[in-house]
Amino acid sequence: MTITAVEQKTTHEVRLHGRGGQGAVLASKILAKAIVMSGQHVTAIPAFGFERRGAPVAAFLRYSDRPLRAVTNIYAPDYIICIDPSIPKAVDIFAGVQPNSTLIQATRQSAESLNCPEQVTRVVLCDAVTIGMEVFRRPITNTIMLGAFAKATGIVTMEGLRAGLESANFRDAGLEQNLIAVERGFNESIVKQRQGGEWV
Amino acid sequence: MATPALKMKHPGCAQSIVCDGNEAAAWAVALARPDLVAVYPITPQSSLVEYVSQFIADGKIQAELMNVEGEHSVLSALHGAALAGGRTYTATCGPGLAFMFEPYWRTPGMRLPIVASLVTRDGITPQCVWGGQQDAMTMKETGWIQIYCETVQEVLDTTIMAYRIAEHHDVMLPVNICHDGNYLSYGVTQVDVPEQSAVDDYLGEKDVNWHVALDPMRPMAVDPLTGGAGGPGPSKFVAYRKGLCEGMQNALGVIEQAHADWADIFGRDYAPLVEEYRLDDADYALVTIGSMTGAAKDAIDSARLRGERVGLIKIKTFRPFPVEAMTRALKKVEAVGVVDRSVHYGWDCGPLYQEVLSCLYRAGKPVASGSFIGGLAGADLTEGHFARAIERTAQLLAGTEFDGPVWLNEND
Repeated sequence: MTITAVEQKTTHEVRLHGRGGQGAVLASKILAKAIVMSGQHVTAIPAFGFERRGAPVAAFLRYSDRPLRAVTNIYAPDYIICIDPSIPKAVDIFAGVQPNSTLIQATRQSAESLNCPEQVTRVVLCDAVTIGMEVFRRPITNTIMLGAFAKATGIVTMEGLRAGLESANFRDAGLEQNLIAVERGFNESIVKQRQGGEWV
Repeated sequence: MATPALKMKHPGCAQSIVCDGNEAAAWAVALARPDLVAVYPITPQSSLVEYVSQFIADGKIQAELMNVEGEHSVLSALHGAALAGGRTYTATCGPGLAFMFEPYWRTPGMRLPIVASLVTRDGITPQCVWGGQQDAMTMKETGWIQIYCETVQEVLDTTIMAYRIAEHHDVMLPVNICHDGNYLSYGVTQVDVPEQSAVDDYLGEKDVNWHVALDPMRPMAVDPLTGGAGGPGPSKFVAYRKGLCEGMQNALGVIEQAHADWADIFGRDYAPLVEEYRLDDADYALVTIGSMTGAAKDAIDSARLRGERVGLIKIKTFRPFPVEAMTRALKKVEAVGVVDRSVHYGWDCGPLYQEVLSCLYRAGKPVASGSFIGGLAGADLTEGHFARAIERTAQLLAGTEFDGPVWLNEND
């Protein structure tokens, strides 16, 4: 695979979109731990407010091979992780997206149907709701989408995600279920690259 | 299956973890070995007291936890524990801090070395649960030491240092470690957790009620009624006030020593009072406080690449105010823009700006200055906001002054 401009960047900005109660913020914490395990510097910040179940929420994560000083939100992401299939209808998940970016989307739809702007050159599709129903018997998608992110980037290992999961306190689901969820997210994600006007 | 340990960055470190600022503070509390922690988990509180409560439940902290009926009782319980010789801790913010006020401003007068985290929030009204420093700045004239942190690691380290500072016999004053709500309290990053034995050596034996005690073997008047203008006269009261002021001034040197010793043992070196960043050859500078500073430093670096001779002054210790260190820094520049995360209603500026004005008077040279206010109610202060502050401060340098504060998030 050729190295894209994004992969040459030293600092990456990740924005997670989800709905209150789906665990987007917890996912950002787990991901932070996993990325640290890969030897990178990480800062993760939730967009804090009066979140209620179902309302759109966002979490921000920045990582780099250099120390990070800015403790700020993310406005120009090169990775967008969208853990809910219906969120793109509710908020502009592509706001500020950088050239050569990757969208990691929970969906059973095709890449073409996502209406990505031209800055998004790669999409990772994961039918996370179906996997969530099978693993948790509920549409919990956060850790599944971390598996998809791992497949998209290669920056985190399954070992790192395991460490992240182990340090999280799961209220609704056990560690073992979430380990399965991460692995299924990794294995069952489909990566599509933009080539000309086509997703291949 | 055990997971491989994270690579540790410094000596004197027991483990490296990934956590937010509230958990980092809780780890510091664990390492400081308090005897009593009192909490009132009001909404809005913070997850900090939840972490501390969990650590006590898990036996990681061998302290008594008092979950009382309100913040007023929280601090009153700590008063009793401190007078009985205990090391104490609590965390609060915003409306909880306001409810604590009556015992809060008695604490310094009794010279009780209590440590309390302020997870800083903006004030109501209008309704607000978000970050800001208005709550802490409202408390700046009560006699508590106030120290503001820039990073999550600094929250952990400084919360331990706070006990060393508070309990120093030349100080004997309560300390607030302030960390910005949301950006530090929920900001997750890698931190090193120091070794327990190294922290034990650093803090030494606690000796917190040698001067004032609830102790049947040493009966004494605690918080006595003084003479006022009649009877025995006002001298007793003056002695209390003067002593408190002396303790505050003594704290400056103690804070510096606490940081120097911390750097020796744990390898992390923080500017204890005022940090100067790219200041020596600067014509003008920004002054910052708290977690905004990282983005501001990035903006300074970007401006430097454009050839701007701009630097930065960050204040860590706000009470006592490090007059000499701040004045020394300000003397290096010709113009200064001060960025506050709170409002000084009396002067139509930020409170840090108002303090800087006093230092500029002492500096004895004309330095153009302007007040910037941003980050209220959780608003973000990005490199772009600081780029604008740098541009406006450069205009000050060129002789274009502006009236009133610049509100950095006015159009966000």
